[in-house]
Amino acid sequence: MNTPALVLVITVGVLYGTGFYLLVQRSLMRVVLGILLLGHGSNLALLLTDGGAALPPLLGDAGEGRIADPLPHAMILTAIVITFGVTTFLLALAYRVWLGDENDEVPDDIEDRRIGALAEPEDSA
Amino acid sequence: MLPALIALHVAVAVVLPPLAVRLGPRVFLVAAVPLLATAGWALLQLPGILDGRPATASVPWAPELGLVLDFRLDALALTMVALISGIGSLIFVYAAWYFSASERALGRLAAMMVLFSASMLGVVVTDNLLALYVFWELTTVCSFVLIGHSDHRENSRRAAIQALITTAGFGLLMLIGFLLLGQAAGTYRISELVADPPTGPLVPLAVVLVLAGAFAKSAQVPLHYWLPAAMVAPTPVSAYLHAATMVKGGVYLVARLAPGFADTGPWLPLVLSFGLATMVVGAWRAMRQDDGKLLLAYGTVSQLGFLTVLAGAGTPISGIAVVAMLLAHGFFKSTLFLAVGVIDHQVGTRTMSRLSGVGRRMPVLATAAAVAAGSMAGLPPLLGFVAKEADFEVYLPGHHPALSVAGSSAVLLVLALGSVLTFGYSARLWWGSFTTKAEVAERRYPSAGPAFLAPVVLLAAACLLPGLAPSLVDPLAQAHAATMPHAAAPDYHLALWHGFSLPLLLSVAVTAAGLVLFANRERFYRLQSAAPRWPDAEVAYHLFVHAVYSTALGVTRRLQTGSLPLYLTVILGTLLVVPGGWFVWSLASSGLHVPMSGGDWRLWDTPVQLVLALVVGVSAIAAVREERRFPALLLLGATGFGMCGIFVVHGAPDLALTLILVETLTMIILIFVLRRLPARFASGARRVGWPRRLTAVVCALAGIFVAGVLAASTYARSLPPASVGYWEEAEHAGSANLVNLILADFRAMDTIGEITVLVTAAVAVASLVVANRRTGGENGGDEGNGAAKPVMARNEPVIGREGHETSTGGGHGSG
Repeated sequence: MNTPALVLVITVGVLYGTGFYLLVQRSLMRVVLGILLLGHGSNLALLLTDGGAALPPLLGDAGEGRIADPLPHAMILTAIVITFGVTTFLLALAYRVWLGDENDEVPDDIEDRRIGALAEPEDSA
Repeated sequence: MLPALIALHVAVAVVLPPLAVRLGPRVFLVAAVPLLATAGWALLQLPGILDGRPATASVPWAPELGLVLDFRLDALALTMVALISGIGSLIFVYAAWYFSASERALGRLAAMMVLFSASMLGVVVTDNLLALYVFWELTTVCSFVLIGHSDHRENSRRAAIQALITTAGFGLLMLIGFLLLGQAAGTYRISELVADPPTGPLVPLAVVLVLAGAFAKSAQVPLHYWLPAAMVAPTPVSAYLHAATMVKGGVYLVARLAPGFADTGPWLPLVLSFGLATMVVGAWRAMRQDDGKLLLAYGTVSQLGFLTVLAGAGTPISGIAVVAMLLAHGFFKSTLFLAVGVIDHQVGTRTMSRLSGVGRRMPVLATAAAVAAGSMAGLPPLLGFVAKEADFEVYLPGHHPALSVAGSSAVLLVLALGSVLTFGYSARLWWGSFTTKAEVAERRYPSAGPAFLAPVVLLAAACLLPGLAPSLVDPLAQAHAATMPHAAAPDYHLALWHGFSLPLLLSVAVTAAGLVLFANRERFYRLQSAAPRWPDAEVAYHLFVHAVYSTALGVTRRLQTGSLPLYLTVILGTLLVVPGGWFVWSLASSGLHVPMSGGDWRLWDTPVQLVLALVVGVSAIAAVREERRFPALLLLGATGFGMCGIFVVHGAPDLALTLILVETLTMIILIFVLRRLPARFASGARRVGWPRRLTAVVCALAGIFVAGVLAASTYARSLPPASVGYWEEAEHAGSANLVNLILADFRAMDTIGEITVLVTAAVAVASLVVANRRTGGENGGDEGNGAAKPVMARNEPVIGREGHETSTGGGHGSG
């Protein structure tokens, strides 16, 4: 029972794909949503390392049937909480950006633009 | 002792900058101390070396890895040490009177020159190819700083960079060559490599690469352009680095490797063609110069070509000739550099067409320079003549085993042509610098002091004495020749008089032709002006530098546009191309087991999973397509709760409970924030048309890649779970919930880290909110936001704890 169910693998792919897509958007709010989706995708991927559906890893219930590996669960639990912390922080940032200039878009880096606009090398004659 | 001497140089270099503040230019006298110590110690080793017993030292660095730094001082190394430490200390004494107290950065200059001396010493005494490379590049770095001494001048900086890029760039090729040689031979010890040269298909390539590095360092055509440009350095630096020592590093390496590798295919053709071309081109250019220092620089280029031809021969006679010529060139070239420096220092110019009567005002200097110029031209009874006799001997027909009579004659002819030109520019330099010219007005200037002139006179004496008594140099040259592997010991000794022989005839012919050339010099200059310029690689250098700059700018302009979405897309693209490409390739070439081909593959464990997966997938896709904020938020909530369902089915109730809590809180916070934002996502900056479709395709492919890797890696899993032993441990720990045990007991430290993250996030969020209250009170900090943020900040640590307590699964969890 090492391999996971196919629908769940596909679900991971969908969560990552949509997460990536939101991540490359200009709106900070969509970026935050993208990170949430990526978090879900990662959690599901971790869960699938254990294979298919099983019984909860609780002593006493371990009668017949397969017991789930508790280690991925512990990791996912940590991941959920940390995703929550990151999301909140990003939301606060997005909110601050919006307070500053009335939109929540990621602006271009002016300094990068300046370097790109250099017409000629400075020291090559 | 050798490593200790190098360390002494470094120690003295460290104290020089503070001393320079007190002593001014006299700090160079202190700087000469380690050089004198080295020269004295080397002199003590002379008897042993002449008997064929080199002084050795060994520093174990990491013997377990075969890293032992071996040093040895043999005849060739001693010859170089005579230049580095012997001539070096005289140049340092000279520098103590050359610089004025107002010279900028004197301490740095003196320290760098001593460090250079240490590096150069390292190059010639190390017996390890890799250590040689390190010392070699250290000399390059020192040279960079010293050429760029006047760092407020642009041409100075430019020359320094040019020298650095040229020599260090080709030095990298040399390093590759060293590595190939070392791998082929199984050792990096130079003495072992030369004694038992490796064979193999890569050795000729290695030889070419090593020679490329040596040629760049020794300013061989067409890479010679950096050396004349480096003359912007102060004259003592030019005399020391760019005449006596550093540029000879390449010659030294050629001479060091020649006994073992002269028979390797490309060696002799490369050494002869580049060396001879350099000799003629350098001398030709030297004839055109009006600046005494530049004339000497091109003369050095020419002589370096000559030396390369000699050093590369690899025969015992060439060993004798190389030692004699290295010493002769070191003595006469540094004398002339210092003499030109004296003129420049006293008169204020070294341009020959503006000098007149210098010889009358400074007869001692003129005499010393005449001796040195005579040695350069190859006149008896000077060391230059003795050396040149030996040089011709190397390529006499029949003396080099790999050359036919015609080949030897051709080489001799070009050597003679170069020597005629050498005679010409030697005469031009002395004539132009010291004679009285009717058409040039004489200047008034102070005469030079005796201490300033003493090093010049001593060096000139060194040009003369070994010429009068070649037996001073001959034993050293014989000792070096004795290390050459060719069995037949040469029956040749350095001498003024060998009887009537072909070399003598050549010397007479060269002198006669040189006199004719000098008598008809005006006609020769006109010929030169009419002749086309010799090609050199300086154009290629500038094209290369320009190409690097514009490529960097072009790449920056395209990739670093300042747009975060673009950066992320580039990263995703890289993910798809590099690991993605590898993944597809290994699937296609069946280097990886295709998961679908075996195992217990199934669509779902229970049909409920299909339903939940549809909820998650569809709501995620819909959230992406949604233009309005609130519906997008609700769809995301649906995704989250779908995830909870999947967790339940998968036997993870703790996860489901925690996720429900976290999702609910996230939704509440999002709603608080979204309340203030516009109803729709801004559409102004959104990508439309092809860019948008391309983004969608890249993201979809990235999702497929992640799913594919997940499927392949779970299928490939062969080891049992790491948590197998946890069951027994759980009995002792007294809890029924394994996940809870892992978090609170087995991996409790990780949980502390997690809490730290949460606290940090909470503090960050709180500080953002507080800053908002202070500064943004009028435009957005009303009670709604003010209330929302503290709730978040307060809740996070609580959530963290609750999340885990939930997972205790029992009575006091989510209550």
